[in-house]
Amino acid sequence: MNPEPRVGGDAETAPRTQSQSSPTGDVSALKTSPAGDSAEAIAPPRSTDAVLETHNLSVYYNTLLALREITIAIPRNRITALIGPSGCGKSTLLRCFNRMNDLIPGARSEGNLWFEGVDIAASSTDPVTLRRRIGMVFQRPNPFPKTIYQNVAWGARINGYQGDMDELVERSLRRAALWDEVKGKLRESGLELSGGQQQRLCIARTLAVEPEVILMDEPCSALDPVSTARVEDLMDDLKDEYTIVIVTHNMQQARRVSDMTACLMPDEALADGHRTGVLAEFSATDRLFTNPKDPRTEAYITGRIG
Amino acid sequence: MIKIEPESNRSNWSGPSRLRNAQGAATGFLLFGCALITIVTTVLILGVLGGETISFFRVSKIGMFEFFTGTEIDFKSARPRFGLPPLLWGTFVIAVGSSLVALPIGLLSAIFLSEYAPERLRRVLKPTLELLAGIPTIVYGYLALTVITPWLQSVLAPLGIRVEQFNAFSGCIVVGIMIVPLVSSLSEDVLSAAPRSLREAGYALGATKFEVATRIVLPASFSGVAASFILAISRAIGETMAVVLAAGSLAQIKLNPFTSIETMTAYIVAVTNGEASYGSAEYLSLFAVGMTLFFITLCLNMLSGAVIRRYKESTP
Repeated sequence: MNPEPRVGGDAETAPRTQSQSSPTGDVSALKTSPAGDSAEAIAPPRSTDAVLETHNLSVYYNTLLALREITIAIPRNRITALIGPSGCGKSTLLRCFNRMNDLIPGARSEGNLWFEGVDIAASSTDPVTLRRRIGMVFQRPNPFPKTIYQNVAWGARINGYQGDMDELVERSLRRAALWDEVKGKLRESGLELSGGQQQRLCIARTLAVEPEVILMDEPCSALDPVSTARVEDLMDDLKDEYTIVIVTHNMQQARRVSDMTACLMPDEALADGHRTGVLAEFSATDRLFTNPKDPRTEAYITGRIG
Repeated sequence: MIKIEPESNRSNWSGPSRLRNAQGAATGFLLFGCALITIVTTVLILGVLGGETISFFRVSKIGMFEFFTGTEIDFKSARPRFGLPPLLWGTFVIAVGSSLVALPIGLLSAIFLSEYAPERLRRVLKPTLELLAGIPTIVYGYLALTVITPWLQSVLAPLGIRVEQFNAFSGCIVVGIMIVPLVSSLSEDVLSAAPRSLREAGYALGATKFEVATRIVLPASFSGVAASFILAISRAIGETMAVVLAAGSLAQIKLNPFTSIETMTAYIVAVTNGEASYGSAEYLSLFAVGMTLFFITLCLNMLSGAVIRRYKESTP
């Protein structure tokens, strides 16, 4: 049984159980014992629709404070955009969610971070299992130097997918709106594709491991406007089944695709050469862009800073 | 004319001077000269090797067929006999045997250094491994003769296996150790050069470190790793002193690795040290063997070039 009673949103995620490993099993694999960590660990909040939550999350690179006390809740089956000027820690925050920062020597975090009520940063949480459930698409398309088919099948294969691989590859490529363009050349190298196609291949590869959340780190910044539009359409399709968090420099893009927007800002008080990011404002995208509460957000979205 | 400088500042700029033009021309000549020296040297060596090889066949009256299929080497009798196969066999045994030692050890150390070792350990370990390449090869030969062979003898004697004082097995071990740094150092370079974005893509799909190392980084660096293998094998084929001291110089084809062999390079040493007179068939056989060696190494170099070109397209 699932030890973590999920209050809401279960019905929406239920259809995505074609994979052989049941999501319930995954949760228990990820789960850390409630009393396991420090005594002052805060009990996971029971919001009805938050998939990812942070509470006073600070991130350091060695002694450098990159993010300070971020508290945010990412809603289920919505697209949440992280915007803000360069160097304010948008990508750092994104990479906390799937513990990609583990790969950077000297990176560490303080505060709390939950995925479906499980403490992400706990040492008992397996980052490998976590990353299977929280997929990531990167700024520059980074297909493997393998065939298109292998690019999609690779992740599923290492994660022990037992079903029909051909079917999974086709379904993932269709889901990523790439199937019609590549169905005749699945055995060709993924690197032969155009930049926009490569990025959709990377999305297909991410979908193939059937994650619950997709993190996107400026997925369109290396693409032309036409490819960008296709990826944006795709994101809109995907949000019925997935929770998406996207970092973007492009405010129009955030406005077009996202339901919620978080605006991060460098903390002026600490600006001694490097920047420490803080969360300036987090609200529904419409409200944030039409009626920002925070003066820094207003200055940023009207183009006065950043 | 397009005006680049504002009118008022024009007098501050003299434009390209004669000196600068001369510098450009001189540099061009110098660089061309350096390149030319290497080409001329190669052509001259080839010319000498080729010419003397032809004299060898003329003076000794040994036919091509005997040269490539004969199994005896004898210049003492009235009709000289020379067959390359025993020497080819010796070289082949050393190349294969030392590869069996060096390729796995070298590749595994490269993977460890690039994927697993913490930065601080890597910075100590890599130069240490490279130090192996700096040891004079004669020292390796001496090591085989005074340490490895006696050890083999004492270990294998109870099993009833007789280990000769000069044997192919010791030769393979020392040459293998000698070429480990070639494999590990070059492979580590190409493995570390695999883009971080590829590793991140693997980790983001829920791959473990082992899966990222063996199923993303290694295939993506295949051409460089293969090139390091071929380079190491070429080195083993060309190795001389360590082989002479460890494996001896007795040209014979025997499957038993604990007996003596003679490689092509060892043969060249033996003849050079012997009393073959200038212009004799025995003396000239050096060049025929040298030519064969040159040809084999050339083929391996071309193979490594082809491997790199063939797989370059598939890596980003």
